[in-house]
Amino acid sequence: MARIIILGGGVSGHTAATFASKWLKEEHEVVVITPNSKWNWIPSNIWVGIGEMKKEDVTFDLAPVYEKAGIIYKQAKAISIHPEGDKSISKNYVTIENVSNEKENKTEVLEYDYLINATGPKLNFNATPGLNPEIDKNTVSVCTADHALHASSELDKIIEKLKKGEKQKLLIGTGHGMCTCQGAAFEYIFNVEHKLRTLGLRQNAEITWISNESFLGDFGMGGMHIKRGGYAASSKVFAESLYTERDIKWITGAHVNKVEKEKVHYELLDGSMHEQEYDFAMLIPPFAGVGLKAYDKQDVDITSKIFAPNGFLKVDADYSGKAYEEWKASDWPSTLQNQDYKNIFAVGIAFAPPHLMSKPMKSLNGTPINPTPPRTGMPSAMMGKAVARSICDMINGKSSTPTHTASMAQMGAACVASAGKGFFKGTAVSMTVYPIVPDFEKYPGTGRDLTYTTGEIGLAGHWIKQLLHHGFLWKAQLKPGWTLIPE
Amino acid sequence: MENKHLEHVKSYTPQNGTMVPLGGVKFLRTCVLWQICRFIAINITMTKLILKSHH
Repeated sequence: MARIIILGGGVSGHTAATFASKWLKEEHEVVVITPNSKWNWIPSNIWVGIGEMKKEDVTFDLAPVYEKAGIIYKQAKAISIHPEGDKSISKNYVTIENVSNEKENKTEVLEYDYLINATGPKLNFNATPGLNPEIDKNTVSVCTADHALHASSELDKIIEKLKKGEKQKLLIGTGHGMCTCQGAAFEYIFNVEHKLRTLGLRQNAEITWISNESFLGDFGMGGMHIKRGGYAASSKVFAESLYTERDIKWITGAHVNKVEKEKVHYELLDGSMHEQEYDFAMLIPPFAGVGLKAYDKQDVDITSKIFAPNGFLKVDADYSGKAYEEWKASDWPSTLQNQDYKNIFAVGIAFAPPHLMSKPMKSLNGTPINPTPPRTGMPSAMMGKAVARSICDMINGKSSTPTHTASMAQMGAACVASAGKGFFKGTAVSMTVYPIVPDFEKYPGTGRDLTYTTGEIGLAGHWIKQLLHHGFLWKAQLKPGWTLIPE
Repeated sequence: MENKHLEHVKSYTPQNGTMVPLGGVKFLRTCVLWQICRFIAINITMTKLILKSHH
């Protein structure tokens, strides 16, 4: 009997767990450790954040789904990894801390044969003073369903003021110079704008985008080029076009260094310091690893050996710290296997990228201001599935090494970014990008295959976004035919 | 007037240096018949991308 432990039940962890459970015989165990009782289809949090969906529309209870799939579910958070065991336990294990009510704070030791780290990110609000929506209560976020609910109620207050004819300033974007997930903020700003326009309240709302991207349309992946009218045109052109059309001003290359009530302080790449007043602000926090620790057999702390300084787990990537000019697609991991402990893998946001995708930049004061690499959604799920397949093949004796790969430098991503909800008047930007990590050796100039790198905005995109919402919730609940829905 | 929706764009601002859509482009974005065609085309593109990405 073999036991796979999966730390985290988000997109990548849930995908890995459900496929491993399907592919393995009953004698083997698949265990999911996650502090959450509900699964959240995060891309639709945007619509919760504007009051167009309820929390129940984007979440479901994990326990019955895992029971149906024969997966052991522990509502707990992982504390430490012991990849060599310790003096009294010879086998490798993890320690977890139960967070469900009946077992609150009870720690447990779980031995494993294979470990998948899919913990996702820690929302590092503390990186920017005043940014935490739960503690500081200055800004809102849409990173969780509860955060999105809060955002919606705060937005309603702004709408009430606009209805009274009061002018309001809305600020949406990233809350730190090292943020990722610009796409979520992008979707939110356009959904808010669409909602206000639909309500006839747009004229009194001044909407501003603030981002750590050095140019609009960077999205943490160095931007992209798509074919239009015989040209390879940069995403900067299309992004600036959309912001202009919707009358949204933009501030780019910005590191938000302090948030106060109704005022944000930020630094630009040229080193200058500025302030921006707001009545409503939705600012995405930077991500960090969840703070897992690791110990060897002698109980010596080896956290820095298997985790990068940002808390993400090291895998088969090139972490030599090359200069931007020397970056290669092959720097990116393919098997997602830790090189010190071959039975440990990391997927989704939890793996440590070798470097950024966007060009690293610092302000004249030395402050890093650049987006960190996005690795959510489709690539996360594909990594989860590939690693599950590799581990199942190793358990079944087909191979002693990983049989499947999921390199972001060799896979594409389809992304649908909502720009306003409505069956006939909604729009969304439908994008495909191949490969996700630009490969300038293979595709000189653009870094990507122009046949598979596309983008357009329209109602069709909104229909696809709606379809993805229902399709992925169906798939995640393992309803009939779930395996037919691609990642 | 096909550019009435651009009244807010002022000269010598960053917005003024961008490419902006005119009425025809905006109409097609929510034209149901055209968007049904685009829906099919985008889905085909995405399916090909997914098939290319699995290793």
